[in-house]
Amino acid sequence: MYYSILIYAQEGVWERLTEQEQEAALEQHRQLQAECEKEQTLGPVVRLGATSGAVTVRQRSGKPMTLDGPFAETKEHLLGIYLVKCSSIDEAIAAAKKLPQGIACYEVRPVMWSNADQ
Amino acid sequence: MNDQTLMQAHLAAARPQVIAALTRSFRDIDLAEDGFQEASLRALKRWHADGIPRHPTGWLVRVGRNVIIDRLRKLDRESALGDVQLQMLAVDTEAALMEAIDRAELRDDVLRLLFMCCHPDLTAQDQLALALKVVVGLPTPRIARAFVVKPRTMEQRLTRARRRAAEVAESIDTPTREQRLHRLEAVSTMVYLLFSQGYSGSDGDAHIRSELCNEAIRLARLLLDLFPSQPELIGLLALCLLQHARRDARMTTDGLLIPLDKQDRSKWHAEPIREGRNLVQKALRKGHPGPMQLQAAIAALHCEASTAEQTDWAQIEQLYRLLYEMTPSPIVALNHAVAVHKVDGADAALMQLDELDNDLQDYLYYHSTRAGLLVELGQITEARKAYQRALDLQPSHAEAHYLKKRLSSIERK
Repeated sequence: MYYSILIYAQEGVWERLTEQEQEAALEQHRQLQAECEKEQTLGPVVRLGATSGAVTVRQRSGKPMTLDGPFAETKEHLLGIYLVKCSSIDEAIAAAKKLPQGIACYEVRPVMWSNADQ
Repeated sequence: MNDQTLMQAHLAAARPQVIAALTRSFRDIDLAEDGFQEASLRALKRWHADGIPRHPTGWLVRVGRNVIIDRLRKLDRESALGDVQLQMLAVDTEAALMEAIDRAELRDDVLRLLFMCCHPDLTAQDQLALALKVVVGLPTPRIARAFVVKPRTMEQRLTRARRRAAEVAESIDTPTREQRLHRLEAVSTMVYLLFSQGYSGSDGDAHIRSELCNEAIRLARLLLDLFPSQPELIGLLALCLLQHARRDARMTTDGLLIPLDKQDRSKWHAEPIREGRNLVQKALRKGHPGPMQLQAAIAALHCEASTAEQTDWAQIEQLYRLLYEMTPSPIVALNHAVAVHKVDGADAALMQLDELDNDLQDYLYYHSTRAGLLVELGQITEARKAYQRALDLQPSHAEAHYLKKRLSSIERK
Protein backbone atom coordinates (compact mmCIF):
# COMPACT_ATOMS: atom_id res chain seq x y z
CA MET A 1 0.00 0.00 0.00
CA TYR A 2 1.00 3.60 -0.36
CA TYR A 3 2.23 5.69 2.52
CA SER A 4 2.36 9.43 2.29
CA ILE A 5 5.27 11.48 3.56
CA LEU A 6 4.06 15.01 4.20
CA ILE A 7 6.80 17.60 4.34
CA TYR A 8 6.27 20.40 6.81
CA ALA A 9 8.64 23.31 7.31
CA GLN A 10 8.76 26.93 8.24
CA GLU A 11 8.45 29.14 5.24
CA GLY A 12 11.25 31.61 4.71
CA VAL A 13 14.02 29.34 5.96
CA TRP A 14 14.70 27.53 2.69
CA GLU A 15 15.29 30.85 0.93
CA ARG A 16 17.89 31.75 3.53
CA LEU A 17 20.08 28.80 2.61
CA THR A 18 22.80 29.24 0.03
CA GLU A 19 22.44 27.63 -3.37
CA GLN A 20 24.95 24.95 -2.42
CA GLU A 21 23.04 24.10 0.74
CA GLN A 22 19.79 23.95 -1.18
CA GLU A 23 21.45 21.76 -3.78
CA ALA A 24 22.73 19.40 -1.08
CA ALA A 25 19.21 19.05 0.34
CA LEU A 26 17.68 18.51 -3.08
CA GLU A 27 20.31 15.89 -3.79
CA GLN A 28 19.04 13.88 -0.80
CA HIS A 29 15.55 14.07 -2.26
CA ARG A 30 16.78 12.92 -5.63
CA GLN A 31 18.59 10.00 -4.02
CA LEU A 32 15.46 8.79 -2.27
CA GLN A 33 13.49 9.21 -5.47
CA ALA A 34 16.06 7.25 -7.45
CA GLU A 35 16.06 4.47 -4.85
CA CYS A 36 12.30 4.17 -4.83
CA GLU A 37 12.21 4.41 -8.59
CA LYS A 38 14.50 1.42 -8.77
CA GLU A 39 12.33 -0.57 -6.40
CA GLN A 40 9.27 0.62 -8.33
CA THR A 41 7.73 1.98 -5.15
CA LEU A 42 7.66 5.65 -6.06
CA GLY A 43 4.26 7.26 -6.40
CA PRO A 44 3.57 10.92 -7.18
CA VAL A 45 5.97 13.47 -5.70
CA VAL A 46 4.84 17.03 -5.30
CA ARG A 47 6.54 20.25 -4.28
CA LEU A 48 4.07 22.97 -3.34
CA GLY A 49 4.43 26.70 -3.89
CA ALA A 50 4.55 29.20 -1.02
CA THR A 51 1.33 29.64 0.94
CA SER A 52 1.24 33.33 -0.02
CA GLY A 53 -0.08 32.11 -3.34
CA ALA A 54 -2.81 30.02 -1.74
CA VAL A 55 -6.50 30.66 -1.45
CA THR A 56 -8.91 28.60 0.61
CA VAL A 57 -12.36 27.69 -0.63
CA ARG A 58 -14.79 27.37 2.24
CA GLN A 59 -18.53 27.40 2.59
CA ARG A 60 -20.04 30.60 3.95
CA SER A 61 -23.82 31.00 4.17
CA GLY A 62 -24.32 28.06 1.90
CA LYS A 63 -21.95 29.23 -0.80
CA PRO A 64 -18.34 28.34 -1.49
CA MET A 65 -16.30 31.47 -0.78
CA THR A 66 -12.61 32.06 -1.32
CA LEU A 67 -10.41 33.27 1.49
CA ASP A 68 -6.82 34.42 1.18
CA GLY A 69 -4.02 32.31 2.44
CA PRO A 70 -3.62 28.70 3.49
CA PHE A 71 -6.24 26.72 5.34
CA ALA A 72 -4.33 26.60 8.62
CA GLU A 73 -2.64 29.59 10.17
CA THR A 74 0.36 27.73 11.45
CA LYS A 75 4.06 28.35 11.53
CA GLU A 76 4.88 25.12 9.75
CA HIS A 77 3.39 24.76 6.31
CA LEU A 78 2.85 21.79 4.07
CA LEU A 79 5.53 22.17 1.42
CA GLY A 80 5.44 18.87 -0.37
CA ILE A 81 4.14 15.33 -0.57
CA TYR A 82 5.61 11.93 -1.41
CA LEU A 83 3.62 8.79 -2.04
CA VAL A 84 5.77 5.70 -1.52
CA LYS A 85 4.67 2.08 -1.73
CA CYS A 86 5.61 0.41 1.54
CA SER A 87 4.65 -2.82 3.23
CA SER A 88 4.71 -1.25 6.68
CA ILE A 89 4.88 2.08 8.42
CA ASP A 90 8.44 1.20 9.44
CA GLU A 91 9.49 1.18 5.82
CA ALA A 92 7.82 4.52 5.26
CA ILE A 93 9.54 5.97 8.32
CA ALA A 94 12.86 4.65 7.05
CA ALA A 95 12.24 6.48 3.78
CA ALA A 96 11.38 9.72 5.60
CA LYS A 97 14.59 9.47 7.61
CA LYS A 98 16.57 9.59 4.39
CA LEU A 99 15.28 13.06 3.63
CA PRO A 100 17.15 16.18 4.82
CA GLN A 101 16.55 16.54 8.54
CA GLY A 102 16.37 19.73 10.56
CA ILE A 103 15.15 21.81 7.68
CA ALA A 104 11.76 20.11 7.66
CA CYS A 105 9.80 17.50 9.54
CA TYR A 106 8.00 14.63 7.93
CA GLU A 107 4.56 13.35 8.78
CA VAL A 108 4.11 9.75 7.73
CA ARG A 109 0.51 8.71 7.12
CA PRO A 110 -1.10 5.75 5.39
CA VAL A 111 -2.89 6.42 2.12
CA MET A 112 -6.44 5.04 2.09
CA TRP A 113 -7.06 5.52 -1.59
CA SER A 114 -5.07 7.00 -4.41
CA ASN A 115 -5.46 7.14 -8.16
CA ALA A 116 -1.83 6.01 -8.25
CA ASP A 117 -3.21 2.65 -7.09
CA GLN A 118 -5.53 2.23 -10.04
CA MET B 1 22.18 19.48 6.81
CA ASN B 2 24.79 21.49 8.67
CA ASP B 3 23.37 22.53 12.01
CA GLN B 4 25.06 25.90 12.04
CA THR B 5 23.85 27.10 8.65
CA LEU B 6 20.34 25.91 9.40
CA MET B 7 20.24 27.80 12.69
CA GLN B 8 21.58 30.92 11.00
CA ALA B 9 18.84 30.62 8.40
CA HIS B 10 16.22 30.41 11.16
CA LEU B 11 17.69 33.39 12.97
CA ALA B 12 17.75 35.49 9.81
CA ALA B 13 14.18 34.55 8.96
CA ALA B 14 12.95 35.42 12.47
CA ARG B 15 14.87 38.66 12.85
CA PRO B 16 12.29 41.20 11.58
CA GLN B 17 9.51 39.78 13.73
CA VAL B 18 11.68 39.52 16.84
CA ILE B 19 13.12 43.03 16.52
CA ALA B 20 9.62 44.36 15.90
CA ALA B 21 8.12 42.64 18.95
CA LEU B 22 11.00 43.73 21.20
CA THR B 23 10.78 47.29 19.92
CA ARG B 24 7.15 47.40 20.97
CA SER B 25 7.88 45.97 24.40
CA PHE B 26 10.68 48.38 25.19
CA ARG B 27 10.08 51.25 22.78
CA ASP B 28 13.72 51.32 21.88
CA ILE B 29 15.25 49.98 18.68
CA ASP B 30 18.78 49.80 20.08
CA LEU B 31 17.65 47.71 23.03
CA ALA B 32 15.66 45.51 20.70
CA GLU B 33 18.70 44.90 18.51
CA ASP B 34 20.86 44.11 21.54
CA GLY B 35 18.19 41.75 22.81
CA PHE B 36 18.00 39.95 19.51
CA GLN B 37 21.77 39.73 19.31
CA GLU B 38 22.09 38.14 22.72
CA ALA B 39 19.09 35.86 22.19
CA SER B 40 20.67 34.68 18.94
CA LEU B 41 23.90 33.80 20.70
CA ARG B 42 21.99 31.81 23.28
CA ALA B 43 19.93 30.19 20.56
CA LEU B 44 23.04 28.93 18.80
CA LYS B 45 24.10 27.16 22.00
CA ARG B 46 20.74 25.88 23.13
CA TRP B 47 19.38 24.85 19.75
CA HIS B 48 22.56 22.99 19.03
CA ALA B 49 21.89 20.85 22.08
CA ASP B 50 18.08 20.71 22.12
CA GLY B 51 17.22 21.09 18.45
CA ILE B 52 15.49 24.00 16.83
CA PRO B 53 12.26 24.86 18.65
CA ARG B 54 8.97 24.65 16.83
CA HIS B 55 8.52 28.38 17.15
CA PRO B 56 11.91 30.02 16.80
CA THR B 57 10.37 33.50 16.68
CA GLY B 58 8.52 32.98 19.96
CA TRP B 59 11.61 31.49 21.55
CA LEU B 60 13.76 34.43 20.50
CA VAL B 61 11.22 37.03 21.64
CA ARG B 62 10.92 35.37 25.03
CA VAL B 63 14.66 35.09 25.58
CA GLY B 64 15.25 38.55 24.11
CA ARG B 65 12.77 40.07 26.55
CA ASN B 66 14.41 38.37 29.49
CA VAL B 67 17.83 39.52 28.38
CA ILE B 68 16.67 43.10 28.10
CA ILE B 69 14.85 43.05 31.43
CA ASP B 70 17.96 41.70 33.13
CA ARG B 71 20.03 44.38 31.52
CA LEU B 72 17.62 47.14 32.53
CA ARG B 73 17.66 45.87 36.10
CA LYS B 74 21.41 45.90 36.16
CA LEU B 75 21.56 49.35 34.71
CA ASP B 76 19.11 50.41 37.37
CA ARG B 77 16.97 51.95 34.76
CA GLU B 78 13.76 50.52 36.13
CA SER B 79 12.42 53.97 36.69
CA ALA B 80 12.33 54.51 32.97
CA LEU B 81 9.81 51.75 32.57
CA GLY B 82 8.28 51.62 36.00
CA ASP B 83 8.67 48.76 38.44
CA VAL B 84 5.22 47.36 37.95
CA GLN B 85 5.57 47.23 34.22
CA LEU B 86 8.88 45.46 34.48
CA GLN B 87 7.39 42.86 36.75
CA MET B 88 4.49 42.41 34.42
CA LEU B 89 6.83 41.85 31.54
CA ALA B 90 8.76 39.28 33.54
CA VAL B 91 5.61 37.38 34.51
CA ASP B 92 4.34 37.62 31.01
CA THR B 93 7.47 36.10 29.54
CA GLU B 94 7.54 33.24 32.01
CA ALA B 95 3.93 32.38 31.45
CA ALA B 96 3.95 32.97 27.75
CA LEU B 97 3.69 29.94 25.58
CA MET B 98 5.90 30.35 22.61
CA GLU B 99 2.92 30.20 20.33
CA ALA B 100 1.23 32.95 22.25
CA ILE B 101 2.67 35.81 20.23
CA ASP B 102 -0.41 37.62 19.14
CA ARG B 103 -0.45 37.54 15.37
CA ALA B 104 -2.51 40.68 15.03
CA GLU B 105 -0.10 42.49 17.32
CA LEU B 106 2.93 41.11 15.56
CA ARG B 107 1.82 42.25 12.15
CA ASP B 108 1.38 45.80 13.38
CA ASP B 109 4.76 45.55 15.08
CA VAL B 110 6.55 44.51 11.91
CA LEU B 111 4.71 47.11 9.90
CA ARG B 112 5.58 49.78 12.45
CA LEU B 113 9.24 48.80 12.45
CA LEU B 114 9.41 49.10 8.67
CA PHE B 115 7.41 52.29 8.79
CA MET B 116 9.92 53.79 11.22
CA CYS B 117 12.57 53.22 8.61
CA CYS B 118 10.56 55.23 6.06
CA HIS B 119 10.68 58.33 8.24
CA PRO B 120 9.80 61.19 5.88
CA ASP B 121 12.79 63.24 7.07
CA LEU B 122 15.16 60.60 5.73
CA THR B 123 16.32 60.45 2.13
CA ALA B 124 15.14 57.44 0.18
CA GLN B 125 18.60 55.94 0.30
CA ASP B 126 18.91 56.38 4.06
CA GLN B 127 15.51 54.76 4.51
CA LEU B 128 16.74 51.73 2.59
CA ALA B 129 20.03 51.66 4.46
CA LEU B 130 18.26 51.80 7.80
CA ALA B 131 15.83 49.03 6.86
CA LEU B 132 18.72 46.87 5.69
CA LYS B 133 20.54 47.47 8.95
CA VAL B 134 17.74 47.16 11.48
CA VAL B 135 15.17 44.89 9.84
CA VAL B 136 17.33 42.67 7.67
CA GLY B 137 20.45 42.81 9.84
CA LEU B 138 22.88 43.34 6.98
CA PRO B 139 26.32 44.37 8.30
CA THR B 140 27.21 48.04 7.74
CA PRO B 141 30.17 47.38 5.39
CA ARG B 142 27.86 45.40 3.10
CA ILE B 143 25.29 48.20 3.09
CA ALA B 144 28.07 50.66 2.33
CA ARG B 145 29.10 48.49 -0.59
CA ALA B 146 25.57 48.38 -1.91
CA PHE B 147 25.38 52.15 -2.03
CA VAL B 148 29.04 52.62 -2.96
CA VAL B 149 30.00 54.79 0.01
CA LYS B 150 32.77 54.37 2.57
CA PRO B 151 31.80 52.18 5.55
CA ARG B 152 32.64 55.05 7.88
CA THR B 153 30.27 57.38 6.01
CA MET B 154 27.54 54.78 6.05
CA GLU B 155 28.07 54.29 9.77
CA GLN B 156 27.50 58.00 10.38
CA ARG B 157 24.49 58.14 8.14
CA LEU B 158 22.97 55.13 9.87
CA THR B 159 23.51 56.68 13.29
CA ARG B 160 21.68 59.81 12.23
CA ALA B 161 18.90 57.84 10.58
CA ARG B 162 18.53 55.65 13.62
CA ARG B 163 18.12 58.67 15.87
CA ARG B 164 15.28 59.90 13.70
CA ALA B 165 13.56 56.55 13.68
CA ALA B 166 13.96 56.23 17.44
CA GLU B 167 11.63 59.18 17.93
CA VAL B 168 8.89 57.15 16.32
CA ALA B 169 9.71 54.10 18.42
CA GLU B 170 8.86 55.98 21.57
CA SER B 171 5.26 56.47 20.58
CA ILE B 172 3.92 52.99 20.11
CA ASP B 173 0.29 52.84 19.07
CA THR B 174 -2.26 50.54 17.59
CA PRO B 175 -2.85 52.01 14.17
CA THR B 176 -6.31 52.75 12.88
CA ARG B 177 -7.40 51.12 9.65
CA GLU B 178 -6.48 54.25 7.66
CA GLN B 179 -3.10 54.53 9.34
CA ARG B 180 -2.45 50.89 8.65
CA LEU B 181 -3.23 51.32 4.95
CA HIS B 182 -1.10 54.44 4.80
CA ARG B 183 1.81 52.61 6.43
CA LEU B 184 1.40 49.65 4.15
CA GLU B 185 1.60 51.91 1.15
CA ALA B 186 4.72 53.69 2.38
CA VAL B 187 6.38 50.43 3.31
CA SER B 188 5.48 48.75 0.00
CA THR B 189 7.01 51.65 -1.85
CA MET B 190 10.17 51.31 0.19
CA VAL B 191 10.40 47.57 -0.45
CA TYR B 192 9.98 48.16 -4.17
CA LEU B 193 12.62 50.86 -4.04
CA LEU B 194 14.96 48.42 -2.37
CA PHE B 195 14.25 45.94 -5.12
CA SER B 196 14.85 48.56 -7.81
CA GLN B 197 18.09 49.62 -6.17
CA GLY B 198 19.28 46.07 -6.67
CA TYR B 199 17.63 45.49 -10.01
CA SER B 200 18.18 48.63 -12.04
CA GLY B 201 20.98 50.21 -10.08
CA SER B 202 24.38 50.19 -11.65
CA ASP B 203 26.05 50.98 -8.33
CA GLY B 204 27.90 48.34 -6.38
CA ASP B 205 28.84 44.92 -7.63
CA ALA B 206 26.41 42.48 -9.15
CA HIS B 207 26.52 40.15 -6.17
CA ILE B 208 25.46 42.72 -3.61
CA ARG B 209 22.76 44.02 -5.95
CA SER B 210 21.28 40.58 -6.33
CA GLU B 211 21.34 40.33 -2.54
CA LEU B 212 19.28 43.53 -2.31
CA CYS B 213 16.71 42.02 -4.67
CA ASN B 214 16.51 38.88 -2.58
CA GLU B 215 16.08 40.87 0.63
CA ALA B 216 13.32 42.93 -0.96
CA ILE B 217 11.57 39.73 -2.03
CA ARG B 218 11.87 38.38 1.51
CA LEU B 219 10.40 41.55 2.96
CA ALA B 220 7.56 41.42 0.44
CA ARG B 221 6.89 37.82 1.48
CA LEU B 222 6.94 38.76 5.12
CA LEU B 223 4.47 41.60 4.59
CA LEU B 224 2.18 39.43 2.54
CA ASP B 225 2.32 36.73 5.16
CA LEU B 226 1.13 39.26 7.72
CA PHE B 227 -1.43 40.96 5.46
CA PRO B 228 -2.56 38.21 3.11
CA SER B 229 -5.61 40.06 1.79
CA GLN B 230 -3.90 43.15 0.43
CA PRO B 231 -3.99 42.85 -3.37
CA GLU B 232 -1.27 45.46 -3.83
CA LEU B 233 1.06 43.47 -1.57
CA ILE B 234 0.37 40.39 -3.66
CA GLY B 235 1.20 42.55 -6.68
CA LEU B 236 4.40 43.76 -5.07
CA LEU B 237 5.71 40.25 -4.45
CA ALA B 238 4.63 39.12 -7.91
CA LEU B 239 6.31 42.08 -9.59
CA CYS B 240 9.60 41.51 -7.77
CA LEU B 241 9.55 37.78 -8.51
CA LEU B 242 8.74 38.22 -12.20
CA GLN B 243 11.43 40.82 -12.76
CA HIS B 244 14.05 38.98 -10.76
CA ALA B 245 13.26 35.81 -12.74
CA ARG B 246 14.94 37.46 -15.72
CA ARG B 247 18.13 38.36 -13.85
CA ASP B 248 20.43 35.95 -15.67
CA ALA B 249 19.25 36.99 -19.12
CA ARG B 250 19.30 40.75 -18.91
CA MET B 251 22.99 41.53 -19.09
CA THR B 252 25.91 40.47 -21.20
CA THR B 253 29.02 39.24 -19.44
CA ASP B 254 30.51 42.74 -19.76
CA GLY B 255 27.51 44.27 -18.03
CA LEU B 256 25.64 45.56 -21.08
CA LEU B 257 21.89 45.62 -20.75
CA ILE B 258 20.06 43.29 -23.11
CA PRO B 259 16.60 44.53 -24.14
CA LEU B 260 13.66 42.25 -23.38
CA ASP B 261 13.11 41.14 -26.97
CA LYS B 262 16.74 40.09 -27.36
CA GLN B 263 17.02 38.11 -24.12
CA ASP B 264 17.64 34.39 -24.14
CA ARG B 265 14.38 33.28 -22.57
CA SER B 266 15.72 29.87 -21.66
CA LYS B 267 17.74 31.69 -18.99
CA TRP B 268 14.60 32.98 -17.30
CA HIS B 269 13.88 31.15 -14.06
CA ALA B 270 10.72 29.11 -14.38
CA GLU B 271 9.84 28.78 -10.69
CA PRO B 272 9.50 32.46 -9.75
CA ILE B 273 7.61 33.04 -13.00
CA ARG B 274 5.16 30.31 -12.05
CA GLU B 275 4.79 31.77 -8.57
CA GLY B 276 4.51 35.33 -9.85
CA ARG B 277 1.84 34.47 -12.43
CA ASN B 278 -0.23 32.68 -9.84
CA LEU B 279 0.03 35.67 -7.52
CA VAL B 280 -1.07 38.05 -10.29
CA GLN B 281 -4.10 35.88 -10.99
CA LYS B 282 -4.89 35.67 -7.29
CA ALA B 283 -4.63 39.43 -6.84
CA LEU B 284 -6.65 40.40 -9.89
CA ARG B 285 -9.58 38.17 -9.05
CA LYS B 286 -10.16 40.37 -6.02
CA GLY B 287 -11.25 43.11 -8.39
CA HIS B 288 -9.22 45.98 -6.87
CA PRO B 289 -6.43 46.55 -9.35
CA GLY B 290 -3.68 48.94 -8.32
CA PRO B 291 -0.37 50.09 -9.77
CA MET B 292 1.65 47.16 -8.37
CA GLN B 293 -0.82 44.59 -9.65
CA LEU B 294 -0.94 46.16 -13.10
CA GLN B 295 2.83 46.32 -13.40
CA ALA B 296 3.03 42.73 -12.21
CA ALA B 297 0.39 41.72 -14.76
CA ILE B 298 2.43 43.38 -17.51
CA ALA B 299 5.58 41.60 -16.33
CA ALA B 300 3.63 38.33 -16.26
CA LEU B 301 2.52 38.78 -19.87
CA HIS B 302 6.11 39.32 -20.93
CA CYS B 303 7.18 36.21 -19.03
CA GLU B 304 4.41 34.11 -20.51
CA ALA B 305 5.55 34.66 -24.09
CA SER B 306 7.99 31.95 -25.11
CA THR B 307 9.34 34.22 -27.85
CA ALA B 308 9.33 38.02 -28.08
CA GLU B 309 7.03 37.78 -31.12
CA GLN B 310 4.41 35.94 -29.09
CA THR B 311 4.09 38.77 -26.58
CA ASP B 312 0.47 39.79 -26.05
CA TRP B 313 1.07 43.47 -26.78
CA ALA B 314 -2.62 44.25 -27.14
CA GLN B 315 -3.24 43.31 -23.54
CA ILE B 316 -0.06 45.03 -22.38
CA GLU B 317 -1.20 48.20 -24.15
CA GLN B 318 -4.52 48.07 -22.30
CA LEU B 319 -2.81 47.49 -18.97
CA TYR B 320 -0.50 50.46 -19.50
CA ARG B 321 -3.51 52.56 -20.38
CA LEU B 322 -5.14 51.54 -17.08
CA LEU B 323 -1.89 52.14 -15.22
CA TYR B 324 -1.66 55.61 -16.70
CA GLU B 325 -5.19 56.39 -15.54
CA MET B 326 -4.16 55.46 -12.00
CA THR B 327 -0.67 56.94 -11.98
CA PRO B 328 -0.44 59.48 -14.78
CA SER B 329 3.33 59.85 -14.98
CA PRO B 330 5.27 60.62 -18.16
CA ILE B 331 7.34 57.46 -17.66
CA VAL B 332 4.20 55.32 -17.73
CA ALA B 333 3.09 57.23 -20.83
CA LEU B 334 6.43 56.44 -22.44
CA ASN B 335 6.02 52.74 -21.71
CA HIS B 336 2.50 52.94 -23.01
CA ALA B 337 3.80 54.46 -26.24
CA VAL B 338 6.17 51.50 -26.65
CA ALA B 339 3.17 49.18 -26.42
CA VAL B 340 1.21 51.39 -28.83
CA HIS B 341 4.10 51.01 -31.26
CA LYS B 342 3.68 47.24 -31.22
CA VAL B 343 -0.09 47.39 -31.59
CA ASP B 344 -0.76 50.43 -33.83
CA GLY B 345 2.62 51.12 -35.41
CA ALA B 346 5.40 53.68 -35.19
CA ASP B 347 3.30 56.61 -36.39
CA ALA B 348 0.79 56.33 -33.59
CA ALA B 349 3.53 55.84 -31.00
CA LEU B 350 5.50 58.84 -32.22
CA MET B 351 2.43 61.05 -31.99
CA GLN B 352 2.01 59.98 -28.39
CA LEU B 353 5.66 60.62 -27.63
CA ASP B 354 5.49 64.16 -29.01
CA GLU B 355 3.10 65.04 -26.21
CA LEU B 356 5.75 64.04 -23.69
CA ASP B 357 8.42 66.22 -25.19
CA ASN B 358 8.34 68.81 -22.40
CA ASP B 359 8.23 66.38 -19.53
CA LEU B 360 10.89 63.98 -20.72
CA GLN B 361 13.34 66.33 -22.44
CA ASP B 362 16.10 65.20 -20.06
CA TYR B 363 15.17 61.56 -19.98
CA LEU B 364 17.54 59.33 -21.89
CA TYR B 365 15.06 56.59 -22.73
CA TYR B 366 12.62 59.08 -24.15
CA HIS B 367 15.15 60.06 -26.78
CA SER B 368 16.41 56.55 -27.49
CA THR B 369 12.84 55.26 -27.87
CA ARG B 370 11.97 58.16 -30.11
CA ALA B 371 15.09 57.56 -32.17
CA GLY B 372 14.08 53.95 -32.73
CA LEU B 373 10.66 55.01 -33.99
CA LEU B 374 12.16 57.65 -36.27
CA VAL B 375 14.52 55.11 -37.81
CA GLU B 376 11.57 52.86 -38.51
CA LEU B 377 9.74 55.74 -40.20
CA GLY B 378 12.80 56.56 -42.30
CA GLN B 379 13.41 59.95 -40.68
CA ILE B 380 17.12 59.38 -40.35
CA THR B 381 18.23 62.96 -39.72
CA GLU B 382 15.76 63.31 -36.87
CA ALA B 383 16.73 59.90 -35.53
CA ARG B 384 20.41 60.88 -35.50
CA LYS B 385 19.56 64.00 -33.51
CA ALA B 386 17.58 61.96 -31.03
CA TYR B 387 20.40 59.46 -30.47
CA GLN B 388 22.83 62.33 -30.11
CA ARG B 389 20.56 63.93 -27.53
CA ALA B 390 20.41 60.64 -25.62
CA LEU B 391 24.19 60.41 -25.65
CA ASP B 392 24.40 63.91 -24.22
CA LEU B 393 22.40 62.83 -21.18
CA GLN B 394 25.25 61.03 -19.41
CA PRO B 395 24.39 57.46 -20.25
CA SER B 396 26.08 54.71 -18.27
CA HIS B 397 28.91 52.88 -19.97
CA ALA B 398 26.54 50.12 -21.09
CA GLU B 399 23.91 52.53 -22.38
CA ALA B 400 26.44 54.63 -24.26
CA HIS B 401 27.78 51.52 -25.93
CA TYR B 402 24.29 50.56 -27.07
CA LEU B 403 23.42 54.05 -28.31
CA LYS B 404 26.64 54.41 -30.27
CA LYS B 405 26.05 51.08 -31.91
CA ARG B 406 22.59 52.18 -32.99
CA LEU B 407 23.88 55.51 -34.18
CA SER B 408 26.62 53.97 -36.30
CA SER B 409 24.15 51.49 -37.79
CA ILE B 410 22.01 54.33 -39.15
CA GLU B 411 25.03 56.26 -40.35
CA ARG B 412 25.58 53.44 -42.80
CA LYS B 413 22.07 53.81 -44.23
